[in-house]
Amino acid sequence: MFKAGDYLVLLALCALLLAAFLQLGRHAGEADSVIVRQNGTETIRLPLRLNRRHVARGPLGLTEIEIHNGQARIRRDPSPRQYCVQQGWLRHSGDIAVCLPNRVSIELAGTRQAHDSLAY
Amino acid sequence: MTRSPTERTLQASADDHRIASLAALAIALGMVDAAIPSPLPGVKPGLANIMTLFALHTLGWRAAVWVTLLRVVGAGLLLGSLFTPGFWLSLGGALASLLLLGACRALPARHFSLVSHSLLAAQAHLLGQLLLVRLFLIPYDNILLLFPPLALAALLGGIANGLIASHLVQAHDKD
Repeated sequence: MFKAGDYLVLLALCALLLAAFLQLGRHAGEADSVIVRQNGTETIRLPLRLNRRHVARGPLGLTEIEIHNGQARIRRDPSPRQYCVQQGWLRHSGDIAVCLPNRVSIELAGTRQAHDSLAY
Repeated sequence: MTRSPTERTLQASADDHRIASLAALAIALGMVDAAIPSPLPGVKPGLANIMTLFALHTLGWRAAVWVTLLRVVGAGLLLGSLFTPGFWLSLGGALASLLLLGACRALPARHFSLVSHSLLAAQAHLLGQLLLVRLFLIPYDNILLLFPPLALAALLGGIANGLIASHLVQAHDKD
């Protein structure tokens, strides 16, 4: 049933899979800022270290974004189904909340590397 | 009744009949695929692809293409998903894996069995779908984070379907 080449293919795919999972672990890193987008274009980038609120005006009304303790969420939004509000706090780099009806989205962004400096 | 001068009758060859019955089996397996509950959207055993592999090894690549495309359209009709995003994803994955299976003919059969073809085709299916999702449905790079778990599922499904298909081919060769 199995031939020599099959083991080779299986081994190669397993190695690829392992690399993909390691990459995944590296990717879900720390976030340091939140990108606010309106109509898909970035309007402002806020640092996560400062607790503050930011209001974006969309076609339906005001979307309120809250930053607290290094996390960010949509606090209030006029979208009918409230998906982005229910998503709650975003913590990791790459997390995203989209208020499609009001054309507003927030995305957490971090430095690409897990470490930006090492000191001994 | 008088025969219309433009009437033509198409003769179905024996291979056409074989392709049709394999496609029918593939559609039935596609229904089983759709009925099995899945832990994560996008994870499916892909049992219908057993028929693609069987067609590939008994009738050749062109027959495999026919069986697969008939299955994608037929399953789309039966599930009511024809021309929905799910249908295009299924078509995209099918085309990607068919192209790879075409390229797989270069692998020497002495060293690589059907299991290799199944494993590689499963990954190609996943890559084709993810590419389609990234380009048209969800244009964010985060969607690529789904790749590792889905690739693991494709690996397991690829082995299982490859083994089942090679059993079928062996049984067919004995007859």
